[in-house]
Amino acid sequence: MSFKKPINHHPKLETNKLGLTRRDYEGAVSTLCAGCGHDSISAAIIESCFKLNIEAYKVAKLSGIGCSSKAPAYFLEQSHGFNSVHGRMPSVATGANCANRDLMYLGVSGDGDSASIGLGQFVHAIRRQVDMVYFVENNGTYGLTKGQFSATNDLESKNKYGEDNLFKPIDLATMAIQLGATYVARSFSGDRDQLVPLIMGAMQHKGFALLDIISPCVTFNNHDSSTKSYDYIRDHNEAVGKTDFVPLGEEISTSYKEGSSTEISLHDGSKLTLEKTDANFDPRDAGKALNFIREKEKEGKVVTGLLYVNDLAKDLNETLNVTQTPLSQLQQDVLCPGSKILEEINQSLS
Amino acid sequence: MHEVKSVESIQSVNDFVIKFANVNGSGSASANQMFAKAMFRMGIPVSPKNIFPSNIQGLPTWFEVRVNEKGYLGSRGGVDIAVAMNPQSYSKDVDEILPGGYLLYDSTWKRNFNRKDITIIEIPLTQLCVDAFKNPKQRPLFKNIAYVGALSVLLNIEYEVLKNIISEQFIKKPALIEPNLKALNLGRNYVLKNLPYPLGITVARADKLKDKILISGNEAAGLGAVYGGATFCSWYPITPSTSLAEGYEKYAKKFRIENNTGKNLFASVQAEDELAAIGMAIGANWNGARGFTATSGPGISLMSEFLGLAYFAEIPLVLFNVQRGGPSTGMPTRTQQSDVLACAYASHGDTKHVVLFPSDPKECFDFSAQAFDLADQLQTPIFVVSDLDMGMNDWVSDKFKWDDEYKYNRGKVLNKEDLDEIESFGRYLDIDNDGICYRTYPGTHPEKGAFFTRGTSHDEYARYTEDGEVNAATLSRLMKKFRTASELVPEPIIEINGEDSCGVIFYGSTSPAVHEAKDILKEKEINIDLMQIRSFPFNLDVWEFIANHDRIYVVEQNRDSQMRTLIMAEGGISPEILRPLVHFTGDPIQASYIVNKISEREVNYKSHINAKNR
Repeated sequence: MSFKKPINHHPKLETNKLGLTRRDYEGAVSTLCAGCGHDSISAAIIESCFKLNIEAYKVAKLSGIGCSSKAPAYFLEQSHGFNSVHGRMPSVATGANCANRDLMYLGVSGDGDSASIGLGQFVHAIRRQVDMVYFVENNGTYGLTKGQFSATNDLESKNKYGEDNLFKPIDLATMAIQLGATYVARSFSGDRDQLVPLIMGAMQHKGFALLDIISPCVTFNNHDSSTKSYDYIRDHNEAVGKTDFVPLGEEISTSYKEGSSTEISLHDGSKLTLEKTDANFDPRDAGKALNFIREKEKEGKVVTGLLYVNDLAKDLNETLNVTQTPLSQLQQDVLCPGSKILEEINQSLS
Repeated sequence: MHEVKSVESIQSVNDFVIKFANVNGSGSASANQMFAKAMFRMGIPVSPKNIFPSNIQGLPTWFEVRVNEKGYLGSRGGVDIAVAMNPQSYSKDVDEILPGGYLLYDSTWKRNFNRKDITIIEIPLTQLCVDAFKNPKQRPLFKNIAYVGALSVLLNIEYEVLKNIISEQFIKKPALIEPNLKALNLGRNYVLKNLPYPLGITVARADKLKDKILISGNEAAGLGAVYGGATFCSWYPITPSTSLAEGYEKYAKKFRIENNTGKNLFASVQAEDELAAIGMAIGANWNGARGFTATSGPGISLMSEFLGLAYFAEIPLVLFNVQRGGPSTGMPTRTQQSDVLACAYASHGDTKHVVLFPSDPKECFDFSAQAFDLADQLQTPIFVVSDLDMGMNDWVSDKFKWDDEYKYNRGKVLNKEDLDEIESFGRYLDIDNDGICYRTYPGTHPEKGAFFTRGTSHDEYARYTEDGEVNAATLSRLMKKFRTASELVPEPIIEINGEDSCGVIFYGSTSPAVHEAKDILKEKEINIDLMQIRSFPFNLDVWEFIANHDRIYVVEQNRDSQMRTLIMAEGGISPEILRPLVHFTGDPIQASYIVNKISEREVNYKSHINAKNR
């Protein structure tokens, strides 16, 4: 069932440049379990859209199947949403993106949706550089079917019933870097301060942006022997640094120690700054980023933060040399060659 | 040299079957097409059929051309002239020649053929090309042109016609015109100097093809998609549908370039598989563009989950299925009509789809363009189902026509102004009581019109629901929409030929064979009434035709008589009335096959009736 939230606002709620409150970016009441990490991600998306002054109706929310894929119903009520079939959100997003390049595309997926049934589509959306923000709400388990292992679950991580996981995990973030995704971040649903700037950066990035967000499943994968539990991630989180989002026209206010920060310009002129914890790490160097993640993994750490960014991406529509006007808005006068040309075609075929 | 033979040679003008036997990948296709085009240019009805293996190079391939001044262009059976260029298949190729027929082969390597009843024409094609052309890579290609040259003298094909075709073919590579003409003359001159000519079979200019064109169904459908306003194509390569997407791209690149920027007014994406292909097309349509995908049988299986989503979430979509031989990978390079049920009822749950069945390239063009209107009007997937025979072979077709007054029908879509005027928007409210609801495109209005598209059960406001009554109401409304569809889709073409005639139902590429069979049966005093089904759901005309006949043969190219099953299931028609007349070898059905089946059973029927009356 979908339940609408009551529309009464507190009169003194903060508004953004569009005169909207955070409430205006909300969706239906969540039907996920109380404490589900996915709801925190929805809240972070709402916060990001509020801060970026996004017009919700110019956003399209797409998802596959699973707990994560239900989430788009719980934010941005004024956006069109599309809950498609299992693992196939990337293709729907690709077609939608070609039809109207003016909208912002938020794809919401999970680890079952993206790392198993939809791995092929995940890979090819990256390969084609579809201009979208791709959220993987990663909990290492199949929640709706009651707790089976997913392909991102760590080898040593048991399930709720104490059974061993037999296979090594697929790491979607490093895979995305290798495939040429131009914005790759990993975060944790429990770390809103880290998550919000990463989402804002992804939204302003042109090209494929992956956010692999570890999002504990409170019902099936939040126990002591899980590596995707709140406690485990809090204990093993190794942030590459602190990311700040600096909107267009605003000055960078924090001062950093020399050599410890990286500044990344985004498509619309806004900036991301990264105060690094390790001088060896460079998010603009895919090789270094991958090495860093692997080294830290050996130490049992889960690396989070902005892992890789390349702001020179050419997105799918550019590669296909598609007109700036959304294809969906082209009218018959430019689409139909008409009878005179058809007669010429007839001549050439006779 | 002509050998002595025991039977009279076949004598005919503008009425024969010639079959070219080649090695796949040897460049024979363009020479053979040149031959067919020459017939067309001389105004003689012609139907070339490429019979090819699933192979890139090396296996035998055939190109069969039926030339028939009367315009019978279905597959005929039997070969009058064999051009045997592939020693690998000599024995089969020579066996197929009708008594009194002709065999032309490359006598660079001489052979004895154990046929005393045919005329054997020996031309040392390889030797001629070795002597005439220095480049060893070109020799095999020119060998093909040389036999066309030889045939032009043997059959009286006008030289000017061939010369023009060569000039047109190489308009962008003029340097190739001269050597091709040289090859053509190599064959011509050899015959002129060394062999008796013409043969008993000849051609003569006729005037039968005014207002006709020669084109494949796939190219026609691709062009139709351009005319129908498709801006998005997503596809995965699969024989025999690939050339449809390529046809779309070819014409889009010509006619869909933005004037001032040179940018494309379309996007075409080669997907990673059929699931992605249809997913992209659905995404594009959902977002307000006209998008399509093209596939063949196995692709339909892969797309089935998405088809259920598009049906239930009511998203427009055009899907071309160029059928090939199934099941499974089946006969990927042979023709069948065996996806009728797979398309009509594609996907799990209660689903039914609108299917259009073109029967020639003109209808491929028309139905392709029309399908985009139907998809938008009905907000559902529209299948356009053809087959390999029609899709990949050039057919003589009526010229394409376009009415410039015609306006695309984008269906019930609310724009910003519409939304301003209404109080609340419900995506699945059946306001007009025709089962078709109003949709909005993403990005239309800041406050109104957004909804959540889902494949799960939903209420009239697109909200998730598990209320069984609500879901049943949605399913019933979709049936109402399907009934509305039956009034919008192309009606059948019915031809009544006499009282107490039996009926014949057919669709798609069997059309030429059925029409020829009708004329042959008439000579045998068996009249048949014809109904060419052009769409599903069936409209009232279909049921009326069936009601007016007590026995109807359903001609189709599949084992299980799938169209018959569909008619029986949808109309509650008695199995005794509908009689299967099936053919499923992967070769196009022949008129003689239909004639034999019908006359045999009609004779039985009549003697049965007579016995009863006595």
